[in-house]
Amino acid sequence: MTAYETDLPTLPVEAGDPLLDLLNGFIAELRAVGIPASLTENLDAMEAVKHVPITDRETFKYALAATLVKNQAHWKAFETVFEVYFSLRGAQYEIAADDLDEADEADGEIRAQGDRGSGGDMLSPEELAEMLYRALMRGDSEMLRAAAREAVRRYAGMEPGRPVGGTYYLYRTLRNLDLEGVLERLMDAEQHTEGDVDDFDLRLRRDEFELRIAELKRQIEAEIRRRLVADRGVEAMAKTLRKPLPSDIDFMHASREEMASLRKAIYPLTRKLAARLVRKRRHGRAGPLDFRSTVRHSLSYGGVPVEPKFRHPRPHKPDIMVVADVSGSVAAFARFTLHLVYAISSQFSKVRSFVFIDGLDEVTSFFEGTDDIAEAVHRVNTEADVVWVDGHSDYGHALGVFWDNYADDVGPRTTVLILGDARNNYHAPESWIIKALQQKARHVFWLNPEPRSYWDTGDSIVGEYAPHCDGVFEVRNLRQLEAFVDRLA
Amino acid sequence: MSHRFTDVDAVQQDLHKVDYLCDSGLAGVVYLADRLDKPVLVEGPAGTGKTQLAKSVAEMTGSRLIRLQCYEGLDEAKALYEWNYKKQLLRIQTERDADVGWDEVSDDIFSDEFLLTRPLLEAIRAVDPIVLLIDEVDRVEVETEALLLEILSEYQVSIPELGTMEALQVPLVFLTSNNTRELSEALKRRCLYLHIDYPTMEREKEIVLAKVPDIAENLADQVARVVRSIRRLELKKPPSVSETLDWARTLVLLGVQHIDADVAAETVNILLKYQSDIAKANKELATVEGIEP
Ligand SMILES: Nc1ncnc2c1ncn2[C@@H]1O[C@H](COP(=O)(O)OP(=O)(O)OP(=O)(O)O)[C@@H](O)[C@H]1O
Ligand SMILES: [Mg+2]
Repeated sequence: MTAYETDLPTLPVEAGDPLLDLLNGFIAELRAVGIPASLTENLDAMEAVKHVPITDRETFKYALAATLVKNQAHWKAFETVFEVYFSLRGAQYEIAADDLDEADEADGEIRAQGDRGSGGDMLSPEELAEMLYRALMRGDSEMLRAAAREAVRRYAGMEPGRPVGGTYYLYRTLRNLDLEGVLERLMDAEQHTEGDVDDFDLRLRRDEFELRIAELKRQIEAEIRRRLVADRGVEAMAKTLRKPLPSDIDFMHASREEMASLRKAIYPLTRKLAARLVRKRRHGRAGPLDFRSTVRHSLSYGGVPVEPKFRHPRPHKPDIMVVADVSGSVAAFARFTLHLVYAISSQFSKVRSFVFIDGLDEVTSFFEGTDDIAEAVHRVNTEADVVWVDGHSDYGHALGVFWDNYADDVGPRTTVLILGDARNNYHAPESWIIKALQQKARHVFWLNPEPRSYWDTGDSIVGEYAPHCDGVFEVRNLRQLEAFVDRLA
Repeated sequence: MSHRFTDVDAVQQDLHKVDYLCDSGLAGVVYLADRLDKPVLVEGPAGTGKTQLAKSVAEMTGSRLIRLQCYEGLDEAKALYEWNYKKQLLRIQTERDADVGWDEVSDDIFSDEFLLTRPLLEAIRAVDPIVLLIDEVDRVEVETEALLLEILSEYQVSIPELGTMEALQVPLVFLTSNNTRELSEALKRRCLYLHIDYPTMEREKEIVLAKVPDIAENLADQVARVVRSIRRLELKKPPSVSETLDWARTLVLLGVQHIDADVAAETVNILLKYQSDIAKANKELATVEGIEP
């Protein structure tokens, strides 16, 4: 039997050392994840925990966050690490010794027990399903937690030492619970309650149930994590769970969950970017001294030119033409880039957009007359006509279509942005088109979502186009995208 | 130095008494600000009670609130202090007539009498208990941030003509930001960080009950539920707590007792500002199925 509890420090705060050791490990892990906690902040955290009891988890967590995490985008990463490091602390989170023994037992054949883990009575699958249903119906969080534990114990089939990640166990547990079906059952019951309920009411109730189910999933995940931590130890678990911060998520390999956090991150990012650009336009680019205006104003100070006046700079805003490969692996990258460019489109005199795979289609109209960029981007995804022959990227052909139809619109104020990995499926590159565009346009930039080290390997021919561009940039994540767009405006 | 609060619970309860409703996490950060003598940097979406927090803390501790509203172009003269030139000129003129030596005049005109105290200096010099609110700090330029830094780390101000003024007390300081730009690392390091998000449905209902006179519990509950559902949609600008409150007040004025689809559609423009958001909300709320969780 593993000595799960003994190698973890216990609660007392005054005693100092064990908690401080734990904190040191915790902070080291935060740094490993990419959260920049400085030495001062480290010390602040040490000081802070002297004032809040570790038993009050919520407060304790906020105290650590207040001293160590100063960027909201890092909160989720912080929470994960926090859970790993502190999930075994606090009375209601304790895993009773016999509770763990049970994890040793083989799949399926597991003794079920109540919330406090005292062993004994068994819940049949039907009973568990009923418990779950009632917990969700009532929104009773104690009961939900108990049901989550029970579900994990029964269905996850966790075995100590097995090198399997939490997602696998989560999948196994959820598969057995049929939460979709439970939701339908809950909604059925609502429809048949007495009194008249209209669709609007039902919608609100459905939202409520969906949120409770989401909470249940979180509880299940937490339970799995807790058990994994108990089995493998804190450091190992923390390492397995390490995930990139939103701004570092690779567009090309983002999981579903990561996509969701990217979509969430894009709104604050565009707002920030827009505010920054407005400021930049107003300030950074002061024009030359306006002699006349200075003198005119000085009259009110008896002829002393106290306040120099500057001519308003009129840096002409560029036209932007975005030409984006939207085939499979690079589609997400194209979406985020389009979103960001349109979000700051007031910084440009005009934005037009074109998407392609082996055919090319203009999608500018999707963005016109709406302020819902996300919806427009969604339409690009579903409605644009981008397939010519087989739906495999053909840069040469797509560029040809662009050249034939739109080259006349490219002028000395136009900045052309080409988005894509330049994986051309061994078709003809037609790189002369880029060269010709570069001669007509103010700038041609190429943004490539692949790591630089992959460029020009296999069927990537970015090297064919690069010499004709004013710049080729690696843009794998929001951080790089933000930096580029910032320069562009 | 004695502390203002006995424990986290007390902070939470006292805030509740002045109608500021929060969880223990937030109360804990306020508590720590006092224990560690550190300013709190509060970030979060618009209208989630960042500014109100400072006001409420002032109220609950019986302190005077000194507020520095930040804006682009805010400078030392508006934030810290300024010499009253006009008055100084007048004095110079009078003294010139009286034939007083320059040294004397200069001693005279660079004295307290000619000092225009701005919020930050006022906070430093205060003898009564105060809460200092530096509101929307993300609006000032990075260079102006440096000015704040000295004050927030030393709690002192140096005025060349007068010398260094040290604070008689360490005030509670709140800085708010809407995150329109990244604040400097130095400033963040100096502060405790608190992110205030939209409240939970239960909390928002409490806020509505506390802030909207004469609202029935039932209606408050519905308001909070509808707002929660709307916030689940992908919107350009989700409703803030102030908008929830506006909406609730309107419903009370209109004598609404129960929100149905029609009422929601007719009044949703109070919650949402963008036409596309309004359209989306109306469309979504008309269907039972709704979005994927
Ligand atoms: N937790 C709360 N308890 C009580 N009232 C609240 C709470 N949160 C917000 N409010 C109310 O919501 C309104 C908006 O709050 P406040 O002005 O503080 O928002 P803010 O976060 O400073 O917004 P902004 O970013 O726009 O400045 C106020 O009327 C405030 O009283
Ligand atoms: Mg405010």
